[in-house]
Amino acid sequence: MNATGPPAPSLRGRPRGLPALALRAALVAVLLAAIVGPLAGLVLWSVAERWHWPAVLPQQVGLKYWARITQGDLLAALTRGVAIASVTTVAALVAAIPVSYGAARARLPLGPVLLMLFLLPQAFPQLPVFASAAVLFYRWNLAGTYAGVVLIHLVGGLVYAVWTMTAVFRAIGEDIEEAAINLGASVTRTFFRISLPLALPGVVASSILVFIYSLDEFTGTLLVGAPYVTTLPVYMYTASLGYELQIASVTALVLMVPGVLLLVLMERFLRAEYLAFFGRL
Amino acid sequence: MDVRVEDLTKRYGQVTALDGVSQAFPSGALTAVVGPSGCGKTTLLRCLAGFVAPDRGRLWMGDRDVTYTQPQSRDAAMVFQSYALWPHMTVFENLAFALRLRKVPRRDIEQRVREALDLVELDRVPGIGERRPRQLSGGQQQRVALARAIVVRPQVLLLDEPLSNLDAKIRHRVRVEIRALQRRTGITAIYVTHDQEEAMSIADMVVVMEGGRVAQAGRPEEVYAQPKSPFVAEFLGSTNVLAAVMDPDGRILPSAAGSLIFRAEDIRLASPQEPAPAGSAWVDGEVVDVLFLGAGYRAYVRVGEEVIMADHRTPMPRGAVRAVIPLEKVFAFSRD
Repeated sequence: MNATGPPAPSLRGRPRGLPALALRAALVAVLLAAIVGPLAGLVLWSVAERWHWPAVLPQQVGLKYWARITQGDLLAALTRGVAIASVTTVAALVAAIPVSYGAARARLPLGPVLLMLFLLPQAFPQLPVFASAAVLFYRWNLAGTYAGVVLIHLVGGLVYAVWTMTAVFRAIGEDIEEAAINLGASVTRTFFRISLPLALPGVVASSILVFIYSLDEFTGTLLVGAPYVTTLPVYMYTASLGYELQIASVTALVLMVPGVLLLVLMERFLRAEYLAFFGRL
Repeated sequence: MDVRVEDLTKRYGQVTALDGVSQAFPSGALTAVVGPSGCGKTTLLRCLAGFVAPDRGRLWMGDRDVTYTQPQSRDAAMVFQSYALWPHMTVFENLAFALRLRKVPRRDIEQRVREALDLVELDRVPGIGERRPRQLSGGQQQRVALARAIVVRPQVLLLDEPLSNLDAKIRHRVRVEIRALQRRTGITAIYVTHDQEEAMSIADMVVVMEGGRVAQAGRPEEVYAQPKSPFVAEFLGSTNVLAAVMDPDGRILPSAAGSLIFRAEDIRLASPQEPAPAGSAWVDGEVVDVLFLGAGYRAYVRVGEEVIMADHRTPMPRGAVRAVIPLEKVFAFSRD
């Protein structure tokens, strides 16, 4: 390219007259209001030490409620949630990798049926599914235990894991594996040396999805875990029930941090080419 | 090592991909398997590699019956159409993978990888071993794929449309190189392609396939000169097919009873007054268009209801002409 020439006029992002500009501005404003509005409310509530109607802004602002993070229960609920999410993620991966690989390669008998089976719990309203699961868990003495909460998280977590990883494995060409087999590698070795390393970004993305899902899961945790196993979403719920809106806001903001961080990470791992295969039976 | 298949049959549901194929692939030769898409050539190659189990028939490599042998133990290395290089490994690791599997000592691995890269003329590319497939051009990836197959010193080399992802200019060069490599190593190569020109230019033997069967097999010149069916004649060259028969004098008469097949390059366009020489077929027509092709000219000649192509080195007359074809270049088939 000629570096000394005049800069070429940009072809993209050129406003096409005033109406287009106004429309775009309005759209951005609506989006900002929808995203930032509730967040701003949360932030305001989290620092409002005194806020009585009809004041527009809190009468007294302070970090009193934020200090609660450093005290026992909120932090305990967070670490508990992280522990449960970690176990759930590992369990979901161990179960989902072979299932999704088999489904992706059509080597699994009834693969599509199995995939549908994993999706089924999501097809019904969450509450009755989890409520009937909770009844079962009481009978099996799993209610109020960590194992019970992990199991209930797996119901949803496996859906994410299996569906994303099936897409990931489908994106890996079969001839890539055949090339290894052709040169003498066993099927197992081919999987661990060729397919799995190639699927790794997708596996990481999938684990992040499961982790975030487990961390944010509320209904199942409440029905199966409470009151013995309390995670942050349940903690937030209890707090807001007791009209402790400040505590609930602080909890919500804390809960957002790992979610946002991990989603940014995932965006780097989940490649566009996987999405082409997403959701296919 | 020669490769033979006997009565090889494979069905996918209603579709018969291979319909009783029996064919020998001579040792040390390059055999091109050619045909239109869906003719079964890729299925045949995948049977040889062991990725497809035939429904019936047997498969021999040398004296060994490999019909039910696992693909891992066939000693037939394959070059894939997509190259199927492992993107998470460097070029060196791609080539060393199979050697490590075979427990080749580390020092020998480096030696053999270098030799293989040398054979495909990639040794002069600086730092080639440390690069990843994504960082290479299409032609270089193709050579790496070839090197990865020959580094294990296989008895048989299977090539599945190895040049179809390259642009025309590189394709011609790599084709010559593949041929040279095959000659140098003396490996038995089976080369699948849909391109008849590629097949004839590269191969010691061509196997033309149609509808899951072998339509004709033989030396390229032989198959080109003596096609056994209208399909083979048409597939192998720019060919005219006329619904016609010849009278005893060689005059071509339109008829639904037969097909006459002759190539554009075998036609001479003469003046309609000139008597056709003995031993030739002829038909009168009218030149409707002439195209300049670079190496020569192509005329479109209307003959009755149909239009035939005639190639000349020199500019051609327009208007009424007499198309003259040596009798031995006309293939006559009766219509079923």
